[in-house]
Amino acid sequence: MKSRKLTIPYIIWMLVFTMIPIVMIGVTAFTDKNGAFTLSNFNNALFYTNVFTKSLFIAFISTLICLVAAYPLAYMMTRMKKSTQNTVIMLIMIPMWMNFLLRIYAWIILLQQNGPIDTALSLLGIHGTYIGNTGAVIAGMVYEYLPFMVLPIYTVMSKIDNGLIEAARDLGSNSTAVFRKVVFPLSVPGIISGITMVFVPSASTFLVSQYLGGTDDIMIGDVIDKVFWTDQNTGSAISLILMVFIFIFLVIMNLFGDEEAIA
Amino acid sequence: MTKQKSGVFTKVYIALIMIFLYSPIAVMIFSSFNKGKTLVWKGFSLRWYGELFKNKAIISALINTLSIAVLASLFAAILGTAAAIGINNFKGKKRAVIQNVSNIPIISPDIVMGVSLMLLFAYLGNIFRFEMGYGTVLISHICFCVPFVVLNVIPRLKRMDPSLYDAALDLGCNQWQAFFKVVIHELMPGIVSGFLMSFTYSLDDFIITHFTQGAKFQNLSTEIYSMLRRQIPPTINALSTLLFVAIMIIMIIINIRDRHEEKVKNGK
Repeated sequence: MKSRKLTIPYIIWMLVFTMIPIVMIGVTAFTDKNGAFTLSNFNNALFYTNVFTKSLFIAFISTLICLVAAYPLAYMMTRMKKSTQNTVIMLIMIPMWMNFLLRIYAWIILLQQNGPIDTALSLLGIHGTYIGNTGAVIAGMVYEYLPFMVLPIYTVMSKIDNGLIEAARDLGSNSTAVFRKVVFPLSVPGIISGITMVFVPSASTFLVSQYLGGTDDIMIGDVIDKVFWTDQNTGSAISLILMVFIFIFLVIMNLFGDEEAIA
Repeated sequence: MTKQKSGVFTKVYIALIMIFLYSPIAVMIFSSFNKGKTLVWKGFSLRWYGELFKNKAIISALINTLSIAVLASLFAAILGTAAAIGINNFKGKKRAVIQNVSNIPIISPDIVMGVSLMLLFAYLGNIFRFEMGYGTVLISHICFCVPFVVLNVIPRLKRMDPSLYDAALDLGCNQWQAFFKVVIHELMPGIVSGFLMSFTYSLDDFIITHFTQGAKFQNLSTEIYSMLRRQIPPTINALSTLLFVAIMIIMIIINIRDRHEEKVKNGK
């Protein structure tokens, strides 16, 4: 029970299957096909700067929409009966248990030409294309990752001590003040982990944009997938840049979390 | 927080979210019973279900997905529980380093993990003469499953009374008995939730499998991926509907069981 030796298999495992692969990405990114040192892979990666910006933009908007939609939902949920809360949680999780590709596929059907949305809006006299643009990509992202925003915020909110809220009321706070001074500050850790859990996958995923977006909605994940099969060196360089971006993002989110915890 | 009857606004808001979450699924279910190939209703038919069960590729992909999910979560549960117990005995910097490295697969983007493992397997495959396939996919899935188990077991370890183990020894258990009958028993809820999270993520994974599957292996996600590339076959609607119904049934059973347990607890 006191033994630290139990960690040894896992340490070896992490070394072989986590650390070495990451080092290999680094090495591959800085070498050419013959294994000589070069920086040209990063030069090639610069070609995709626009894709990078667009990916971060799509991820940012998707995360924002998820947050705006999820926060009130989580708050409302904590104010329901316990059994209703469980049912709503279950209903939010069920689509998440469907396959990732089937969820995107469902959106293709929904948005396609002569699909339900197109048909319904045509009846109202509104004509347009709803697939093959940035909006469709964002809708798909929000659909994929909304539960990742709801769950952490809900978990943190439902743990807030009722006594704190009653105390605030007794001390003369109205509901707005209770929310602003008690509920919101205590829910910040949930917001932080929600933002992380939505932003990281939506910035780096692929396929969503391939199926729902237009030609200029290609995201960095799609580029890595496309480039990597033909040119591992450039592919590794782009992956490395993506990894550094995500790392910086996580550090910033961590700082936010710590500050709030102190304040 | 104070519980009260939900207002109209709450009801409308939750209804809107549910419409958003379920309308794509509803359209899929609807189309799965359509005789025609397109969305235009041509009459009720179970044709696509018949074709689905005749499709050997999908069936074998489904079996691969399930067996990988079971094996990866089981292996992760064992490796992760052992690791968590060991980590719990480390303090300070060493502990922080081990835990941070352990979290890398969860934090880093799936695509980076997939690409990095592919580099490793391609390199090792060249030396040891093996090809990517079932084995490499299984290893990759274990990689992202273990951290979930570690994260779920460590809080249970922190809450566990360390004298329990010693008490078991004093009462005549040998080390193994004390370990399995007392320690593992105490950690079980954490191990189970780690296992379930692993299972869910493994079932859903596309990106990491995509990079480590090699030429012949297919799981459900990669099979659907290659089907979508060719055309949009209506059998996918039938598949989605069946999966949806299966998940629905499992969730309802879990929910009923939880409620029953709550009642039993409250009754005591």
